[in-house]
Amino acid sequence: MELQTLTYIVVGASFALYIGIAVATRASSTGEFYVAGGGVHPIANGLATAADWMSAASFISMAGLIAFLGYDGSVYLMGWTGGYVLLALLLAPYLRKFGKFTVPEFIGDRYESQAARIVAVVCLILISFTYVAGQMRGVGIVFSRFLNVDITTGLVIGMAIVFVYAVLGGMKGITYTQVAQYCVLIFAYTVPAVFISLQVTGVPIPQLAMASTVEGTDGIPLLMRLDQVVTALGFSPYTAGTKSRIDIFFITMALMIGTAGLPHVIVRFFTVPKVRDARMSAGWALLFIALLYTTAPAVGALARLNLTNTIQPGPVGSAEGNLAYGERPDWFRTWEDTGLLQFEDKNGDGRIQYYNDANSAFTKTADEYGWAGNELSVDRDIIVLANPEIAGLPNWVIALVAAGGIAAALSTAAGLLLVISAAVSHDLLKGIFAREISEKNELMAGRMSAAFAILCAGYLGYNPPGFVAEVVALAFGLAAASLFPVTLLGIFSLRVNKYGAIAGMLTGLLFTLGYIVWFKGIFFESMAANVADNWLFGISPEGIGTVGAGLNFVVALGVSALTPPPSQEVRNLVERIRVPN
Amino acid sequence: MSKRTYWQDNLRLVAFCLAIWFLVSFGFGIIGLDWLNQIQIGGFQLGFFFAQQGSIYVFVALIFFYARRMAALDRKHGVNEEQARE
Repeated sequence: MELQTLTYIVVGASFALYIGIAVATRASSTGEFYVAGGGVHPIANGLATAADWMSAASFISMAGLIAFLGYDGSVYLMGWTGGYVLLALLLAPYLRKFGKFTVPEFIGDRYESQAARIVAVVCLILISFTYVAGQMRGVGIVFSRFLNVDITTGLVIGMAIVFVYAVLGGMKGITYTQVAQYCVLIFAYTVPAVFISLQVTGVPIPQLAMASTVEGTDGIPLLMRLDQVVTALGFSPYTAGTKSRIDIFFITMALMIGTAGLPHVIVRFFTVPKVRDARMSAGWALLFIALLYTTAPAVGALARLNLTNTIQPGPVGSAEGNLAYGERPDWFRTWEDTGLLQFEDKNGDGRIQYYNDANSAFTKTADEYGWAGNELSVDRDIIVLANPEIAGLPNWVIALVAAGGIAAALSTAAGLLLVISAAVSHDLLKGIFAREISEKNELMAGRMSAAFAILCAGYLGYNPPGFVAEVVALAFGLAAASLFPVTLLGIFSLRVNKYGAIAGMLTGLLFTLGYIVWFKGIFFESMAANVADNWLFGISPEGIGTVGAGLNFVVALGVSALTPPPSQEVRNLVERIRVPN
Repeated sequence: MSKRTYWQDNLRLVAFCLAIWFLVSFGFGIIGLDWLNQIQIGGFQLGFFFAQQGSIYVFVALIFFYARRMAALDRKHGVNEEQARE
């Protein structure tokens, strides 16, 4: 069957499934709308959390990112998984015991302050909107790439689907939709990965293939061969990377703390029946996430080697060593049409030279070879997208990858939109501005704010504030620096009070936001060049959330020490959430 | 004071788990990378292995370990959800 038709059928079937689930499990009370009635099985919640967590960026871009960053890509692997340890040990069980609906609600109750609750809502909305803007953009890109519609049309289709099941189904609807979405996306990710592992190494398990040897060669391990192949072309060794060690440390930490501080992740643990379930559920979630996150680096390494060997089949520097443009494989032609691969014959020899022309130490060698600059630009997304074709897999697998990418983008967007709507209808309306609102009206307000949030997110996806990757870095930095420290202190300290919490959140938020805007120039012109020489202690804007979180802790503890301790009721509350019964 | 010792035991367990969490990721995968990379096991340099695979496996095991130990601790101190409040 024609690929395009097949893709429409597979993607259409997955949509029908999601909407069917959403209709069957739609929310009928505020409890079901915000936290799925607190009745989700821990394994189901683990599956839903994994889908919620893994976005279009995880699915499409991460393996490619790692393929071209090598060791430096480890920040994402450790950062986006290690946060679950913090979540399971430090936050999830206690917030589940607290037993209400939102993170700002906990902060408001624990710090006996509507002001603290409002500051938390502002942080939450800032974090979630920056994150969802990136997701909606991802939704548009995925749709346009797979369904051959333009990005705007893709965005509108995506908004319509999310609208149906987030507005109608609430948390209960999206939970069970996300379970289905996880199954689709993990299947779509691992099948091509297994085949490419078999093709390159003869080992079917990607995680092991990464450590084995290339089929039909002497016994040099794959990663060592990769180091040799890429350094011969002037790139830095795959297993070494180029970022400074201190920056790697701070980025990893910021992503971990940020993960644990992301409201749409935390709130998933409000949906399980018991405290014990919240702990177990975090383990299940990370297990399901790890399936993809341990496969991605294998795909990255295999694909980088495969790509390099395809372009450079012969010895480096010999006239015949490079692939002749006329002999390029079919998948190369397909992805050239999309602009993800671009070839420009700079030295006019009709062959493709792919090397690091930014490396000044390699320039002389390249000149001797008669190379006049790198001739191939590769979009990193191609690593996952072109995988099935490179591995020669049938069309239904390619259609499945399309459905997987769309599932990843939709599930994350829906989870984010739901926490935004809960913050508006539950924290702002029910909590502060319209306390007498009936449950029925609050539910209606929740649905309306979800709908409104989708429109805003769609607008942000259409006019993204800056580059999507930078926007996501901002969301993690802000989550790390604002919500995580005061939530943690609210559980583990009896002494931190509302003054400390508010001062801490504002310090962390403003410092991190300021630093990122200073170098990245989101909304404004940047104030200074985004280079290591200008950075504070050599920490890039991606890693500055760690410092922001540190400042938040110090300020919260310092200010609390100088102001009166919290009331006896708060002490009782904290004592109560520390034990399960 | 069972609740107090329960909380102390919990804090000790959390500290132990976080020490391992820090060791396998920041310790093995970042700070000690070059040192551990001198050791090679089955096609992996050890430091690189922890940075891209090993730390994630340990994280998963760590959460399940913590959840099991806490469930035991809950029962031991009588604060299990099925047990009535004191």
